[in-house]
Amino acid sequence: MASLAARRSKDAVVKALSTGFAFLALFLLGWILWTLLARGLPALSFSVFTNVTAPPGQNGGLANAIVGSLIQVGIAMLIGAPIGIFAGTFLAENGKGTKIAAAARFVNDILLSAPSILVGLFIYTLLVVPLGGFSGWAGSLALAILVIPVVVRTTEDMLNLVPVGLREAAFALGAPQWKVVMFITWRAARAGIVTGLLLAIARAAGETAPLLFTSLGNNAWSLDLNSPMASLPVAIYQYAGSPFDDWVALAWAGALIITVGVLVLNVVSRLVLSRGH
Amino acid sequence: MEATMDGLGSAPVEPISKAKGTGRIADPIFVALLWGSGIFVLILLGLIIAELFQGGLPALQHFGLEFIWTASWNPVTENYGALVMIYGTLFSAVIAVVVALPLSFGIAFFLTEIAPQRLKQPIGVAVQLLAAVPSIIYGMWGFFVIVPLMAAYVQPPLIDTLGQLPLLGLLFQGPPLGSGMLTAGLILAVMILPFITAMFVETLESVPPMLKESAYGVGATTYEVYKNVSVPYGRTAMVGAIMLGLGRALGETMAVTFVIGNATRLSASLFAPGATIASAIANEFPEAQLGSLKLTSLLQLGFILFVISFIVLALSRALVRSRMD
Repeated sequence: MASLAARRSKDAVVKALSTGFAFLALFLLGWILWTLLARGLPALSFSVFTNVTAPPGQNGGLANAIVGSLIQVGIAMLIGAPIGIFAGTFLAENGKGTKIAAAARFVNDILLSAPSILVGLFIYTLLVVPLGGFSGWAGSLALAILVIPVVVRTTEDMLNLVPVGLREAAFALGAPQWKVVMFITWRAARAGIVTGLLLAIARAAGETAPLLFTSLGNNAWSLDLNSPMASLPVAIYQYAGSPFDDWVALAWAGALIITVGVLVLNVVSRLVLSRGH
Repeated sequence: MEATMDGLGSAPVEPISKAKGTGRIADPIFVALLWGSGIFVLILLGLIIAELFQGGLPALQHFGLEFIWTASWNPVTENYGALVMIYGTLFSAVIAVVVALPLSFGIAFFLTEIAPQRLKQPIGVAVQLLAAVPSIIYGMWGFFVIVPLMAAYVQPPLIDTLGQLPLLGLLFQGPPLGSGMLTAGLILAVMILPFITAMFVETLESVPPMLKESAYGVGATTYEVYKNVSVPYGRTAMVGAIMLGLGRALGETMAVTFVIGNATRLSASLFAPGATIASAIANEFPEAQLGSLKLTSLLQLGFILFVISFIVLALSRALVRSRMD
């Protein structure tokens, strides 16, 4: 065995290195945020929120992309959140211990990390091709599929934290199951479930790949869910790769908006969770 | 007392039957909703796989299984193969894991053993926020910030030094474009770092304190306890965490599309532009006509990516869960 001095110095070196790595991660986060602020802030103006995307040099904005993102994420949540909460409740309550629940849990874990672009391809072959065109609905459904596993996982985890005694007490009073779940179990796990919903919104809002082949993007103002619909990530993708300076600047503005939104949602969800406990 | 007895006598079961009444109608509906949602999630994965397989079937019929190991992607001659993209997918993901792994080990060590209680949470949260940054933001940061840095400061000296070595030099060939496999792998490393680290920390925190204290008791240093007690104890789950990182890196699309260079040529060099399955789909899809051989080849690529991801993620899950169940 090496001498004590050698072992101690090795310990010190690894500690210093590990601390350095942790600060490297902080530095990287700071670097990304700094890049976004430095390039996005100068391009951020009122017109970004009020003007529709326009050809280069015509003072365009991102209004249609922002509204399109809000609509598609909103519909994705309206579809995905109930299915996710019900499926998560199934895993934690009725299905607990069954083979079906074990299989569903497995599938959910795979869906949680599966490449999001494949969800886009799936909706493309399932809906876009048969219906003959890209649409806001298709984009919303693709996002809904990404929302579901996030909500399922957090809902199940949070319901598992609710003491069994609480449910038994409610059942003992003669409450039917739907009342026990809705007014006792869900209520007790409220903070955790809301956290899952916020994280799901954050995930859906930042996704680009599944929207490329579903809602496609739209350079005109459109609220029609049956036609192609703009979204912030797709607009950023389109603009960032363009050779026009004002489009690239607009892409940075959009990137700043989306990142701030997503990070705020993440921090808020953590606060909700820590306050709920 | 008398009054209560009277009350019970007149309508003893009324409140109970009332409660049952709401349950009799609502409960079956509610339970059906729960089961329906659970089963929906269960069949969703199968639906996705079936849909992708069916979409890619014409390509498979046209090219046969050769599709998988054909290194050509030529829209002019309509000769498509998956090898370049499969290679790019695996190569960039492996680079990402190799780079992220030591960082994750270090950060997990820092968070579980070194950091003062006051710093632990904020730094842990900051690392997790790296996972929240959308993929496309990594793409822009990579494309506008990292690629120029790589082209100016990292690649030229490496080409001049390591590139001159025999054999190993093959990894460092080509013009310093800034984009390419290495850049994609580095960006992916930053993206998967928080996932691996979070699972490492979770595993390491479940190590029984008694085990660690015994090691400290015989005079081990903090690092020795980490290396010889904590990490071996959580080994299985930590391998699972690494697999999860790998699985995430395999399917990452937007960030890679921005920095990998999007070339459908096979090259051993870390600096050569390439393509992953995901980046090829994102990049080539807009040019693929409905019903064309190209489109179904892209769908077939998607199916292959799904199979690879599925295997890696299923393995990861089995390893992570093996200790818990």
